[in-house]
Amino acid sequence: MIEKTGVPTRTQILKEFPDLIVLKKPKAIIECYKDIPCNPCDTSCPFDAIHVPQDINQRPQINFDKCTGCGVCVYHCPGLAITVRQIKADKAILKIPYEFVPLPQKDAIVKVLDRSGKHLTDGLIKQVRINESQDKTAIITIEIEAKHIIEAMTIEVPYGS
Amino acid sequence: MHKEVIIIGAGPAGLTAASQLLKIGVEVMLIDRNDLVGGQLTKQTHMFFGSEKQHASKRGIDILTMLDEKLKQYPNKLTVFTQTTVVGLYNDKVVTCIKDDRYFKLSADAIIIATGASEKSLPFENNDLPGVYAAGAVQTLMNVYGVKPGHKVLMVGSGNIGLIVSYQLMQAGVHVVGLVEAADHISGYLVHASKIKRLGVDLWMNTSVKKAIGVDSVEAVEIWQLDDQWQGIPGTEKQLEVDTICIAVGLAPLTELLQQIGAEVVYIRELGGNVPRVNKHYETSINNVFACGDVTGIEEASSAMIAGEITGIETALKLGYHVPNHTAKLTQLHCDLDTLRQGPHGSKIRQGIAKLGVQL
Ligand SMILES: Cc1cc2nc3c(=O)[nH]c(=O)nc-3n(C[C@H](O)[C@H](O)[C@H](O)COP(=O)(O)OP(=O)(O)OC[C@H]3O[C@@H](n4cnc5c(N)ncnc54)[C@H](O)[C@@H]3O)c2cc1C
Ligand code: SF4
Ligand code: SF4
Repeated sequence: MIEKTGVPTRTQILKEFPDLIVLKKPKAIIECYKDIPCNPCDTSCPFDAIHVPQDINQRPQINFDKCTGCGVCVYHCPGLAITVRQIKADKAILKIPYEFVPLPQKDAIVKVLDRSGKHLTDGLIKQVRINESQDKTAIITIEIEAKHIIEAMTIEVPYGS
Repeated sequence: MHKEVIIIGAGPAGLTAASQLLKIGVEVMLIDRNDLVGGQLTKQTHMFFGSEKQHASKRGIDILTMLDEKLKQYPNKLTVFTQTTVVGLYNDKVVTCIKDDRYFKLSADAIIIATGASEKSLPFENNDLPGVYAAGAVQTLMNVYGVKPGHKVLMVGSGNIGLIVSYQLMQAGVHVVGLVEAADHISGYLVHASKIKRLGVDLWMNTSVKKAIGVDSVEAVEIWQLDDQWQGIPGTEKQLEVDTICIAVGLAPLTELLQQIGAEVVYIRELGGNVPRVNKHYETSINNVFACGDVTGIEEASSAMIAGEITGIETALKLGYHVPNHTAKLTQLHCDLDTLRQGPHGSKIRQGIAKLGVQL
C-alpha cells in the first residue's frame, strides 16, 4: 500500500496510463496519488493539457490529446511525480526529472530502477538537459526495452552506500 | 530606540508582514536571532508546494531572495537587527534584546510575534549522544554551511520534514539507511515518500528507536516495532549500523515571549501545542500585540506568508493608517488561506482552528 510503503499498486499505476497505443507519441504520466494543495503542473503546461480543479487540493487531470510530451511539467512538479513516456518500436523512451550531481553522461549505460528502488534493467542515456528555466532540475532521456515502459521509474543515483 | 512596529522573527511570516507595513508607510524594526533573515526558508533548497500565487515550484531560498528584494525598497523606514535574540517582552511594548553579549531595549507602538516553531525531541536511551540531530540542524549544516552530518543516517519521522530532509541528505551524498515512523502510515505527502523509496530507501511503519548505541558518538541504532498503543514490542529489536540519527517528529510553536507578556495561550494538539489565542485580526489578548505564522499553529510557508500579509495590514489599520481597499484585500487573503487548508492534509489545521473558535 502506497500509504505505508511509498509504492503505488499496479492497479493505481495503470490508471494513470493511457492505452499503450497512445504512447506512440510521448505523453506525460502523472503519478500524484493523493490530494495535496498543489498546482504547478497545471500552471506550467504550455499546451493547457493538465487541469487541477478549482479546489487546488484535488488531483491533476491530464488530457492526452492536448499533451505534446514537451516535458515542461516534469521539471516544474515539486513532487517529481511526472515522467514523459513513449514507445518507439521495441524501445521505450522515458524523460525523468533528476536532481543529483554529477549528472549522468550522454551515451552512458545506467541502472534503471522501478518504483520500489529495485534494479529493473539497464538503460542508455540519450540526452541530458538542464538550463536556467529548469531551476536545477535536469531532464534525463533514457532508452530501455519497450516491455519496461510501465515499471521503469528512475535511474540509480551516485550517493554513497 | 522607538519605532512604530517591532516584528520579532524574520521568517516568511515576519518578512511579509514587514513588507505590507512598509508599503503602507509604517516604520518597522525587524529582529531575528539568526545570522540571516528568512527563518526556515534559508534551509529549503527544495521546490515548494502550493499554488503558483504563493510561489509554488520555486525553491524556498529563492522565495526568500524575492521577499528580501521587496524590503530593500524601503531603506529609510526599515531597521533590521540580525544575530539579535529577544529575551524579554513587556506590557508597555518594550522589548529587551541580546546581541553580541550586549543587552539593549527597544520599544514600539505595536509588536508582531512571528517566532515560528522549535523542533520536538524524542525520548530514547542515549538520545544525547553526539550524532543524534534534529532535522532542522541537519538542514542548516548541509544547506547553509555545506557540511555533511555523517555518512549513514537513520531518519525518524515520515512527515514532510523527515521525507524532504532524507532526500536532501541523499543529494548531499549521504546514505539514508531507512526511515522509521511510529504511526501506521506515512504522514507527509506521498509524492515525497515515493521520491526516496524509488531510490531505495525503505520506510518502516509502526517502528521507532529503542536506543542509540555508541561510546563517544553514535555507532549503531536499535529500532523496534510498536504495538497500536505505540509501545515497543520486545523481541522485534533490530540493529542498524549508522553514525547519525536524524529526528523529525514535529514542531512546537515558540510561545515563550507571549507567555511572558501574559497573552492568553491555549493548548491545541492539532496546531502543535500551546498557541496564542488570537482574534481574526491576528491580535493576541494583549492590545497591539499580534502573532502570525507557525507560532499560531504549525502550517506551511505558503500560509505563513498570507497570514503575515494579513497581520501587516491589520496592524497598520489598528495604528490608524489608511489602507486603500483594505476590506477587499483582506477578504481575498482569507479566501486564499481557506483554499490552501482544504483537502485531507489541511484537515488537522482546520480542526485546530475550529477549536480556537475564530475565523483565521
Ligand atoms: C524541512 C522543511 C520543509 C518545508 N517545506 C515546505 C514547503 O514545501 N512548502 C511550504 O509552504 N512550507 C514548507 N515548510 C514549512 C515552512 O518552512 C514554515 O511553515 C515557515 O517557515 C513558517 O514561517 P514563520 O515565519 O512562521 O517561522 P520561521 O520560518 O520558523 O521563522 C521564525 C524566525 O523567528 C526567529 N526567532 C524565534 N524566536 C526568536 C527570538 N526570541 N528572538 C529573535 N528571533 C527569534 C527565528 O530565528 C526564525 O528566523 C517546510 C519546513 C521545513 C522545516
Ligand atoms: S509534457 Fe508538456 S504538454 Fe504534456 S502535460 Fe507536460 S507540459 Fe503539458
Ligand atoms: S505539480 Fe506535481 S505534486 Fe503538484 S499537483 Fe501537480 S503532479 Fe502533483
